[in-house]
Amino acid sequence: MNKKVQEDPRFKIAKKEAWIGILLVVFNFIWWYGFAYGLGSGPPENYTFIFGLPAWFFYSCVVGLIVMILLVFLTVKFFFKEVPFDEEGEER
Amino acid sequence: MNMSVIWPLIVFLVLIFFVGIYASKHVQSSSSFIQEYFLGSRELGGFILAMTMAATYGSASSFLSGPGAAYHYGLAWVLLAMSQVATGYFVLMILGKKFAIMARQYKAVTLVDFLFARYKNQLVVILAALSIIIFLFSAMVAQWIGGARLVESLTGLSYTTALIIFASSVLIYVVIGGFRAVAITDMVQGLIMVAGTVILFVAALKAGGGMENIMMKLGEENPNLLSPYGNDRSLTSLYVSSFWILVGVGVVGLPQVAVRAMSYKNAKAMHRALVIGTIVVGVIMLGMHLIGVMARAIIPGITIGDKVMPELAMTIMPDWLAGIVLAAPMAAIMSTVDSLLLLVSSAVVKDLYLHFINKKAEEQKVKKLSFIVTTIVGIVVFIVALQPPDLIIWLNLFSFGGLEAVFIWPVVLGLYWQQANGPGAASSMVIGMVSYILLNTFYPNAFGMHTVVLPILLSLITFVAVSLLSGRQNWKQA
Repeated sequence: MNKKVQEDPRFKIAKKEAWIGILLVVFNFIWWYGFAYGLGSGPPENYTFIFGLPAWFFYSCVVGLIVMILLVFLTVKFFFKEVPFDEEGEER
Repeated sequence: MNMSVIWPLIVFLVLIFFVGIYASKHVQSSSSFIQEYFLGSRELGGFILAMTMAATYGSASSFLSGPGAAYHYGLAWVLLAMSQVATGYFVLMILGKKFAIMARQYKAVTLVDFLFARYKNQLVVILAALSIIIFLFSAMVAQWIGGARLVESLTGLSYTTALIIFASSVLIYVVIGGFRAVAITDMVQGLIMVAGTVILFVAALKAGGGMENIMMKLGEENPNLLSPYGNDRSLTSLYVSSFWILVGVGVVGLPQVAVRAMSYKNAKAMHRALVIGTIVVGVIMLGMHLIGVMARAIIPGITIGDKVMPELAMTIMPDWLAGIVLAAPMAAIMSTVDSLLLLVSSAVVKDLYLHFINKKAEEQKVKKLSFIVTTIVGIVVFIVALQPPDLIIWLNLFSFGGLEAVFIWPVVLGLYWQQANGPGAASSMVIGMVSYILLNTFYPNAFGMHTVVLPILLSLITFVAVSLLSGRQNWKQA
């Protein structure tokens, strides 16, 4: 097998997508943490409720999940590239 | 016990049995036995990939002990559980295409194959194979015990009989069908898990008189149940956040999950799996744990966490529907143990026997050996689960976080860091496991974070330091 001098262009794409994964998880964490402890740190007696759930929980967990699903869908659709996995002539 | 609860379970087992037979045809006709049996010939489509990743990851804890903890702590535990949504996209995005491509170039069938091809280091192979065998074996025992207890409580059969039913149904389809059977049954099991979650959620909502009502009742009992700090305000934000390492990003290092990231057909499958996986994991985690909290308002006074979910289902639903819903935790346990069973078997056959003892074994011999080893591992697990020794219970404590600390950096840095080398990987594996065991024993939840955090940090530092110090080996990107 010849060692390629240049980096496989597919690996460049893979690297970029891994970074997107890290950005997503950081965003996910900030959203989750911000709403949970931003809205939920006061005494429970003062909570506001949305659809029966405390607002901190509703935004952090319920809306947070929907936002993440949408974000994953959009990043996959617009930023992820299809590349072939097999080398030519390689057996599976 | 009522037969109408049991019927759905029987139908479920029969269905899964037929999947095993279907998959075994592929095993018999495949051109490469090893590739087919341990990796399904890398032919998984997006939907199956998403389901098998989610189902393998979601285990007894997502359906029994998790909701039980939520019942105890309140909404704070649901918040904690939601850190797992990250696993739905993070693992596949991080390992991603690079792992899939490199695994193909290396012709790697197991995670250990990949590590060997990358590091060319026998010590890494031994450490990796042994940690998989020892820790996943213990994890399997623990899950089988959970499965048998569930069958026991649902059917009223004795523990031993329940274990026999559970063990034989898993063993049959894994032994004859290999990875393809595991993946397809995981898909069926994943669907049952999602359906069970949705049905139970709706039923609980109705039984509790609506979400508002339920939350009000909980607030009256103890307002802290509605706070992100838990019923006794003992869950700090730092502690809860540290679960992002254990059950969020650290999952990249779990061999049973990582091996799936080399099993899919093409980029399209991966893309679909990312979206579907996030939805499935999210719905199950949010749904099941929230149900656990809601159960507190509907059936108060349960002290054993694992019983919350089954009790709730049997209290608020007609028997036949409860049977369907209770197939979900069963499916969750099965879809985890089947993957573990195959993984342990592959570690023995592929990583130890073929790698060290007989490199040029014939196809027929390997085939026979794989069937035999899988069966023997299953039988040994069964015997151990009959009367689990303390050692196994102790080892199981490390099977999740410990394995993450062992594997995460060798895999991730192996993919993305050119200077990563064998000595670095081997030393980080040792440090990861040893520090996890020591910390867990002597200083659990160090600095207010889950125990897993420090070992993962220590193994990273070790990996980088040793790799840099042990010289610039001229490993060029393959």
